[in-house]
Amino acid sequence: MDDVVKEFLVESQESLDQLDLDFLALEQDPSNAETLASVFRSIHTIKGTCGFLGFSKLERVTHVGETLLGKLRDGDLAVNADITSALLALGDCVREILNCIETAGDEGGKEYAELVETLTALQTPGAVAAIPALAVEPEAETTVDAVEAPSAADEPDAEAPVAKAKPRAGSESGEQGNESGGSIADTTVRIDVCLLNSLMNQVGELVLARNQILQFSTTQEDSGFLTTAQRLNLITTELQEGVMKTRMQAIGTVWNKFPRVVRDLSRMCGKKVRVDMDGQETELDRTIIEAIKDPLTHVVRNAVDHGIETPEDRRAAGKREEGTVWLRAYHEGGQVNIEIVDDGKGIDVERVKQKAIANNVISAARAESMGDREALNLIFSPGLSTAKEVTNISGRGVGMDVVKTNIERIGGTVDIQSEPGRGSTLRVKIPLTLAIIPAVVVSCSGDSFAIPQVSLLELVRLDGEQAQNAIEMIHDVPVYRLRGNLLPMVWLDEQLGLHTGAPRCASDLETLNIAVLQADERQFGLVVDEVNDNQEIVVKPLGKLLQGLTCFAGATIMGDGKVALILDALGLGERSGVVARSADIVDTSLDQQSDTNAHGDSETMLLFSIDDGRRMAVPLSKVARLEEFEQGKIERTGRHEVVQYRGEILPLVHLSRILGTSAASAESGSLPVIVYTEGDKSVGIVVDDILDIVDQRLAIESQIASPGVRGSAVIQGRVAEILDIEQVVEMAGIHLPRPEFAGS
Amino acid sequence: MTDICKFCTFLLDDFFFGVEVDRVQEVLRHQEMTRVPLADDFIRGLINLRGQIVTAIDPRVLLGLPARQSEELPMNVVIRTEDGAVSLLVDDIDEVVEVDDTTFEPPPENLDGRTRALIRGVHKFPDRLMLVLDVDSVLNSQTGAGRKSA
Repeated sequence: MDDVVKEFLVESQESLDQLDLDFLALEQDPSNAETLASVFRSIHTIKGTCGFLGFSKLERVTHVGETLLGKLRDGDLAVNADITSALLALGDCVREILNCIETAGDEGGKEYAELVETLTALQTPGAVAAIPALAVEPEAETTVDAVEAPSAADEPDAEAPVAKAKPRAGSESGEQGNESGGSIADTTVRIDVCLLNSLMNQVGELVLARNQILQFSTTQEDSGFLTTAQRLNLITTELQEGVMKTRMQAIGTVWNKFPRVVRDLSRMCGKKVRVDMDGQETELDRTIIEAIKDPLTHVVRNAVDHGIETPEDRRAAGKREEGTVWLRAYHEGGQVNIEIVDDGKGIDVERVKQKAIANNVISAARAESMGDREALNLIFSPGLSTAKEVTNISGRGVGMDVVKTNIERIGGTVDIQSEPGRGSTLRVKIPLTLAIIPAVVVSCSGDSFAIPQVSLLELVRLDGEQAQNAIEMIHDVPVYRLRGNLLPMVWLDEQLGLHTGAPRCASDLETLNIAVLQADERQFGLVVDEVNDNQEIVVKPLGKLLQGLTCFAGATIMGDGKVALILDALGLGERSGVVARSADIVDTSLDQQSDTNAHGDSETMLLFSIDDGRRMAVPLSKVARLEEFEQGKIERTGRHEVVQYRGEILPLVHLSRILGTSAASAESGSLPVIVYTEGDKSVGIVVDDILDIVDQRLAIESQIASPGVRGSAVIQGRVAEILDIEQVVEMAGIHLPRPEFAGS
Repeated sequence: MTDICKFCTFLLDDFFFGVEVDRVQEVLRHQEMTRVPLADDFIRGLINLRGQIVTAIDPRVLLGLPARQSEELPMNVVIRTEDGAVSLLVDDIDEVVEVDDTTFEPPPENLDGRTRALIRGVHKFPDRLMLVLDVDSVLNSQTGAGRKSA
């Protein structure tokens, strides 16, 4: 393509972005002469250049627009919503033609007669109301002719004010470095992104070479060399930061599109919504900006579509008619926080739950016991649209699950909070850059692996006896108690198939190095041979051949020149089964603040033991009474042991015999019995010892169920299995609800 | 195939192979490799090629040839692909030869199907045969085989 055309395209695209903002600003403040002048100038420049380059269609459209703008500027017309809509449509049209020129080299086949007609009609004061938006279907030929005459007449006086407006521009309206800009334009250079990327790569290489030299320098004693190595180190760090900065873009480049999105959308839904922004200048790496563009757009659309109420509803709720979507971005601890806040009706937690149950995301019982915060996060599960009805706006194929996935793909996190009637806040945290990240290097079976700091929560090292006793088993799943929470353990060498030889046994462990990783709201402990050191690593993608390996996020080159694989916490979690791929695992957040509850029936648990200290618990709500029976009182009917109890015959179930390994415990004296009642029938569950009644939130439960056991939880700092009392009764061959039982 | 073509040749087991010179980025002596757990067995590891990470694959495995003796260190024929470089681990590097169409013949019909897909044909030299390795099928056969590791 011609260089002149290329330049024209780049310049025009830039002024178009500015145009959209200006149009909206005009709607807010129609009298702002400066904005008007800026808009006029942008359109005029495009028109002038495309006339020169021979793009007649574009020229025709911009020409009408310019005429309209001229009248606005001269005060012959006042800006109103219809005019703004038409002007925005003009911007879209210009963009469309420009894209066409860029891809196909010509202006494309569309005529845009409709738009031209609207723009023309709007030039007549008072005629505004008669124009039903842009839905008119005019005849192309006649319209164009009609336009030509008056606009040509406007031309001469349109030129003059432009020149006058020039010196003032760029002061208040926030435009940066466009053609009128003074100092900014003089100090900026336009650079091809490819060049920046290749610079970035080379700096990556330099960082690696620096790491190698630093490693080498530890074996050297030559002070001259050491000083030089230090200098090299410093310069490289600074250079790295500098080059990283060149790839930084303000988040405003993404946000700038939102006022337009929100305006169109709110008009479509009949709502009034204002967009406020804070921290537009917050900078992020280009690649990240690209990656968050779509998710953020979706969230903003959601906020307008589902969050903000109609003006009537808002009035009824005692709010201002105009809703606000507030975008906020700021740096915090090496990460960027982005908040999208709306002051709408908030998220209806109950409806989220119902929807989740209807879509089989969670069970009804699970929903019952779920805390609000946890339930809110259900909106991130696949297949869950919280919109009461699917509108064309929300049905864009991008659900919140995709938003979450996209954000997590770049190492970010998403969290949502909502207050009914007050609005919702979606908080996104993302790293500044993806190219060079801090990581911890660990070794396993003789190989080095890097764990990105973002997924690493903490490192735990256990020695000697501690190591041998640290791991408890729930069936065949090893767990470790980290400050009272059960942490599923995963051995890296086993997951990667590097572990050879006999299955390990806890007693021969000398030290245990655990990297506590966070993956998809879950935590798990990754056991590695050794934890080496922290390093800034340069992430290199794996080739196509290795793309299927989800356990690795890429590779990097270590200080000694060797290649090391970067572990992917999510992939490892999925591989080991700690993080389920399916959606029904939204429930086990390790977050203690969330109201995680064992099984929803009650938070009060009866704690007892069987089998010499095997701790079990049952919700107290299932327990009718606790009794003690003398051994001698036990009688037999058929295969069941029974006692006479309150004028009835109470069958007894020895829990140790049903669940345990010990055939029969040699009880002496009295038997502690848990009486369980269903309808008007009861069963006595014989246990070894009643330990306690605890009223506490169960911090974690594991899904490992077995016959008679629903799972396990940490109670009073120790693991206890949760008894499934109904199932146990069933297993004992007693059918409670059946009437035949009364006769036995 | 064009009239005159240059081939970079190498040895695998007792066979003499060639790949088009313009597909070859460079030829290297043995490089240290980092194994990739869970990957297919023909993927031997990752090589640091001046800061670029290159996947090393063993054509012996793909061609069904016996495994290399552990004391024999393989050489690298680095192939340029759209998706970065890939290295073929070979026993020894031979010279660059120039051939034309006249010596070419398609692979014999009774060649084992798996191998046949990877060999485009044979160039007849007076003293030996040069098997033309189809680099693209070598690279593609891998993506297919990558399933089990996913």
